[in-house]
Amino acid sequence: MNDHPLLRVNGLTHMYGARVGCRDVSFELWPGEVIGIVGESGSGKSTLLSCLSTRQRPTAGVVEYDTTDQGLVDVYGLSEPRQRMLMRTDWGIVHQNPRDGLRMGVSAGANVGERLMAVGARHYGRIREQAGTWLDKVEIDPTRMDDQPATFSGGMLQRLQIARNLVTHPRLVFMDEPTGGLDVSVQARLLDLLRRLVTDLGLSAIVVTHDLAVARLLAHRLMVMKDGQVVEHGLTDQVLDDPHHPYTQLLVSSVLQP
Amino acid sequence: MSTGYNFAYLDEQTKRMLRRAILKAVAIPGYQVPFGSREMPLPYGWGTGGIQVTAAVIGADDRLKVIDQGADDTTNAVSIRRFFARTAGVATTEKTREATVIQTRHRIPETPLSEGQIMVYQVPIPEPLRWLEPRETETRKMHALADYGAMHVKLYEDIARFGHIATTYDYPVLVGGRYLMRPSPIPKFDNPKMDNSPALQLFGAGREKRIYAVPPYTSVKSLDFEDHPFEVQRWDQACALCGSTESFLDEVVTDDQGGRMYVCSDSDYCGERRQEQGQ
Repeated sequence: MNDHPLLRVNGLTHMYGARVGCRDVSFELWPGEVIGIVGESGSGKSTLLSCLSTRQRPTAGVVEYDTTDQGLVDVYGLSEPRQRMLMRTDWGIVHQNPRDGLRMGVSAGANVGERLMAVGARHYGRIREQAGTWLDKVEIDPTRMDDQPATFSGGMLQRLQIARNLVTHPRLVFMDEPTGGLDVSVQARLLDLLRRLVTDLGLSAIVVTHDLAVARLLAHRLMVMKDGQVVEHGLTDQVLDDPHHPYTQLLVSSVLQP
Repeated sequence: MSTGYNFAYLDEQTKRMLRRAILKAVAIPGYQVPFGSREMPLPYGWGTGGIQVTAAVIGADDRLKVIDQGADDTTNAVSIRRFFARTAGVATTEKTREATVIQTRHRIPETPLSEGQIMVYQVPIPEPLRWLEPRETETRKMHALADYGAMHVKLYEDIARFGHIATTYDYPVLVGGRYLMRPSPIPKFDNPKMDNSPALQLFGAGREKRIYAVPPYTSVKSLDFEDHPFEVQRWDQACALCGSTESFLDEVVTDDQGGRMYVCSDSDYCGERRQEQGQ
């Protein structure tokens, strides 16, 4: 059915002056696939994610995305209005800190409805209805629709952020440490939810995480980064159960076994 | 007229700079043009933007009317009128029909404007997107890309909280189908008067250093939702003085026993009607 990938990355490099953000990253993401990017802090995971999602122009390299009308195009060759349109229709970005991705001054319903309004929805009743549906899907009680996000717990905020991103039915979601800062039981529920949404909606996703358990649960394939470079990649189980690169071996062995 | 001042207080080069900004603003309806705002002999917030625009457009044969909250006889209106009478020697009036330049704060006169008249609005905050986006670089980009969807978030929030769009003044409008504009803090009651108005409308923000304009016969559309259309305020009462049911009414407290009356905020309109009734 699909003979080309959803996202194709070739030789992506970003330098912060003389320092390396990420170097020579190439991969392909196919529709319905979830790729995990793991590595320690400072290994260039977030830089890579910013470069992929047009938030930071890379120093070198090409990021191509399969748009619905034009096929594979270089995202940095698109005009700014097109880039913005892509960001709020085809793509979603889940920030590590939900406060970065949410509008904290307006109600939960408005947060979910914002993307709809940004792409031209002008019917209050229908916007509200959709917001309610999505709050329900991410297990937030729809009666809390008119509450301010500041009254929500950390886990709820993260779920609200996810609803806000998924409301326009994106095809590709970038997640930066989606479970960072949450306690384990809340993490587990969020992962469950994410896994269900990804399967139900046929989403593709790129998940940056330093938590190998999260990677194992969510990702089909894994890329291991160190010092800005991808040192190993492959199927998740393969990488985690039979790590080849010394750094991956170190990473896998440093997980505490309860 | 006092001597020692250049005509209309500002020097000719400054007026030239202002006129350039005004011409550009008229050419791009609703677009905010930056200009070099000057220190004026009144504090920011009292109409320094409006007074500079008026100084730039007023000529010796103009007749100036200044209103503040609809009234000609409040402190701000009286002192700005006197300022131009002293520094430019222009004729002043309280009659909307007779005026060629009308500087206003918070209202548009009830009497319909006509061709050849210039409305000058005093603007505290020119940027309609400021509430949503604190960065100037970002709001400029949003204007450039006509990326205005987020503005509806504010209206959504109103309906979610109050059941209707509770924004009653400074109600955002789309000018000429392109630029989102703040109409200055006029009540939304006056918004329909801006649409396709035969008069030239100029907006000056002194502290924020921006001028924008709505040329005559330009569409000015108030934002709304399909199922919550734009509506203006309505009153159960008529004006206690002239009996008008069509004008914008002010609630005036008359005593400490809870007595109150509703009167037209446009003092010229109300006075004219009472005079007609007296005859």
